[in-house]
Amino acid sequence: MRYLPLTDTDRQDMLSVIGASSIDDLFIDVPAQARLTDKIAGLPDHASELAVERHMGALARKNLSAGEAPFFLGAGAYKHHVPASVDHLIQRGEFLTAYTPYQPEIAQGTLQVLFEFQTQVARLLGVDVANASMYDGSTACWEAIGMARRITKRGKALLSSGLHPHYVSVANTMAKFTGDALVHEAPTLDAATDIDALIASIDKDTSCVVVQYPDILGRIADLTPLADAAHEAGALLVAVVTEPVALGAIKAPGHMGADIVVGEGQSIGVGLQFGGPYLGLFGCKQKYVRQMPGRLCGETVDAAGKRGFVLTLSTREQHIRREKATSNICTNSGLCALAFSIHMTLLGERGLRELATLNHGLAVQAADRLAKVPGVTLLNDSFFNEFTLVLTKDAREVVRTLADKNILAGVSLGRLFPNSTSVGNGLVVAVTETVTPEDIETLAAALEEELA
Amino acid sequence: MTMLKEGRPTTPQAVEEAHMAPATATGNRALMLEEALIFEIGSTDTTGVDFADAPKVASRLGSLARTDSIGLPGLSEQETVRHYTRLSRQNYAIDLGLFPLGSCTMKHNPRLNEKVARMPGFADIHPLQPQSTVQGALAVIHELAAWLVTLTGMHSVAMSPKAGAHGELCGLLAIRAALEARGDARSVILVPESAHGTNPATAAFCGYKVEDIPATPDGRVDLEALKARLGPDVAAVMITNPNTCGLFERDMKTISDAVHAAGAFVYCDGANFNAIVGRVRPGDLGVDAMHINLHKTFSTPHGGGGPGSGPVVLSEALTPFAPLPFVEKQDGKFVLVEEETAEDHHAQTFGRMVAFHGQMGMFTRALTYILSHGADGLRQVASDAVLNANYILRSLDDVLDAPFGAAGPCMHEALFSDKGLADGFTTLDIAKGLIDEGFHPMTMYFPLVVHGAMLVEPTETESKAALDQFIMALRSLAERAKAGDEALKGAPYHAPRRRLDETLAARKPVLTWTQPGLAQAAE
Repeated sequence: MRYLPLTDTDRQDMLSVIGASSIDDLFIDVPAQARLTDKIAGLPDHASELAVERHMGALARKNLSAGEAPFFLGAGAYKHHVPASVDHLIQRGEFLTAYTPYQPEIAQGTLQVLFEFQTQVARLLGVDVANASMYDGSTACWEAIGMARRITKRGKALLSSGLHPHYVSVANTMAKFTGDALVHEAPTLDAATDIDALIASIDKDTSCVVVQYPDILGRIADLTPLADAAHEAGALLVAVVTEPVALGAIKAPGHMGADIVVGEGQSIGVGLQFGGPYLGLFGCKQKYVRQMPGRLCGETVDAAGKRGFVLTLSTREQHIRREKATSNICTNSGLCALAFSIHMTLLGERGLRELATLNHGLAVQAADRLAKVPGVTLLNDSFFNEFTLVLTKDAREVVRTLADKNILAGVSLGRLFPNSTSVGNGLVVAVTETVTPEDIETLAAALEEELA
Repeated sequence: MTMLKEGRPTTPQAVEEAHMAPATATGNRALMLEEALIFEIGSTDTTGVDFADAPKVASRLGSLARTDSIGLPGLSEQETVRHYTRLSRQNYAIDLGLFPLGSCTMKHNPRLNEKVARMPGFADIHPLQPQSTVQGALAVIHELAAWLVTLTGMHSVAMSPKAGAHGELCGLLAIRAALEARGDARSVILVPESAHGTNPATAAFCGYKVEDIPATPDGRVDLEALKARLGPDVAAVMITNPNTCGLFERDMKTISDAVHAAGAFVYCDGANFNAIVGRVRPGDLGVDAMHINLHKTFSTPHGGGGPGSGPVVLSEALTPFAPLPFVEKQDGKFVLVEEETAEDHHAQTFGRMVAFHGQMGMFTRALTYILSHGADGLRQVASDAVLNANYILRSLDDVLDAPFGAAGPCMHEALFSDKGLADGFTTLDIAKGLIDEGFHPMTMYFPLVVHGAMLVEPTETESKAALDQFIMALRSLAERAKAGDEALKGAPYHAPRRRLDETLAARKPVLTWTQPGLAQAAE
């Protein structure tokens, strides 16, 4: 067995040092009735690398990958081109096979990356500080709601109808157990966001307002009035960004008054991967840093006076505080944070702006072209790289039919909001730099045929 | 012009001791290269990526265009590769040597796993694609789930939790949902003193009061104390087995029976499943829920702190409450059960824990590893992991105090204490000494039930030669610490950094980079 270096001679030598006659002797503390005397029946034995690769390859080929078809899916996960050097660098064993940097003297590589990552994320989101990452956008969103509760000592959160419905589901699951009251309605097919309605709903019990930007329908709106209204009532504004590339083109939520900004970082460096592992981004104003969940890396000096980095403010965390911790989180998304940080370093501000401009330009072209298809209406007045089309029939069926023709047309609102029939004709279409003019024409032609 | 014929010196000349390690102008030391921050070496006008020209269109951004400078430095591709390659070399990693971090299971990460995870059919598919286009991905989740259920002897598995602590949350939410479904409000969760910090943190997060269960002198849960505390207010007991002292909880089945008789549930922290995979099935011990860290037992890389993956195996009693989504096979096709379809036949689910379907990239790696080992190989994994740990325990228990060593064999990790070290010498000194010897230190000061704990988990992927060298190094350090060798207090000397000032970092937190001039101006 290729991953097990001990030989039978080694095992015998070691057993004699231990003073045991067999390996079974080492398991004497297991009650006899629970001790398995042989390998578990009904499972295959070990296999060669070639055999395993064949088996897994056959399963992989049963999927239609995004690169094989005109591809327009978004809604919380985006296909972007990731430069080759990103994947090369994250596979360096010193990054890939390291642990959480508990011994900083021999983990400065990971720690410096985290410090750079925190700074990049804070600047992108327009906040003072960011942590070293969370599991994903949805769990970061829930953690932000919990953090707002701790800060305001209030338990009612208003969730925008434009918030990703799966993020809402996650928050609802958790709120059942923490006792938070969450106020949320499904979206309607309007060009305008629900910001005015949210402002009207804020009251003295509101801990925070949670708003996605751009929202699940691709709409964008100035968050400043919402932030002002929340602050007026002693509540916080939590902004959620599921497409961070957008922040290369549109104002950062932190600069519009958001107190906590969370996001899904998958777009930059990480790849689609059928939903995970992804990368939760989490930033906030400086004054709230000690209520922030998750790991933080900070600058310090070593015994010789040289600059170095360590995990810090761990008195918030579970391994120190146990039941009084700000969160039960132990692991973050270290390797995904590394991928994000490398990709962002390759882009730099100039590259990020060019990427965002390219995404927006292609999306505008696609939106205008698709809106010309009979039976298609463009919902959005404004958008970044994702918009909603309203079709003359149920979009879910259209998506399935087009998938059979090897066109991945977008995400139907029927899939996202199965209990809300009024949005069933909505189709959310994302257009990134990976979409070609030919892809747009193919989609337009297929929609025209399907809606005729 | 004449040709010089004397050539270059080919024999090193003797150098005086004082000149052995002269300072360098750059601060670099040959292959040890200092590396500045991207904010110090990059510029916002540099990029390492080329794009096609954007189409000329009228903006649809409304009034929201970002016009301020974002402050994100860029580097060319060559500079980027060099920056991160240099940083990588300041890390210790399993690829470099033995990484005996107790309870963390730092085993070799096979590279086939990486290759498979990068197949476009797995790496480049969107979580919301029509299910007809992702049948292979759903098959992977289904196949891995079947392995996990069989290996643990449990009834079902929730695949979506993102890491071990997230799995704990999943298990406790299922338990709470099951109790609520029978109208039984209970308020307390019992946790042994030796538990991982995530256990009490998770229980508190779920709204429970946490109470400690004491340990016996032989490092196990005090069965009588536990039985005495059980009552109608106890919702669950969280037990780690094998426990964090590296010992198997002999009374596990008795504990489970007592807990069930009191109407409560047994949560098992499966962080240490590597010690028993293929040799013990937690389902046979009465466990109701247990998370499995795929990044421990099933070799997915730790990546410098994640991503993890923490599927939770469940008993029949908890299965109806499992989270969404999950994969079922219906009429030969794999189906993703989500909110919509759950109403028909999974109405008691406690809901969704993550946006999508869990850590697919970890599922492909873990399944690749499992298929590579097979049933016979996985049993050998546990055997060798336990053998290696006992070899370390018995090779060092004459120089280091092994608080539970006399009671019998350990499981996958050997636990030592700081008893017997010279006055003023600590576990930290030994840990930092190991760094100079070329090893990652063991887990230190955990579990909390042992003074100055040193928890050594070698894993099964270490050769005897590697273990022998580690034993030699740790023996030497133990002897130095017992003899009061003051030099040990300054270790490490040969790492990229000396001991770092963690107090300073916490007292004046600097969490983002600020241009030095601006930072001073702000003060």
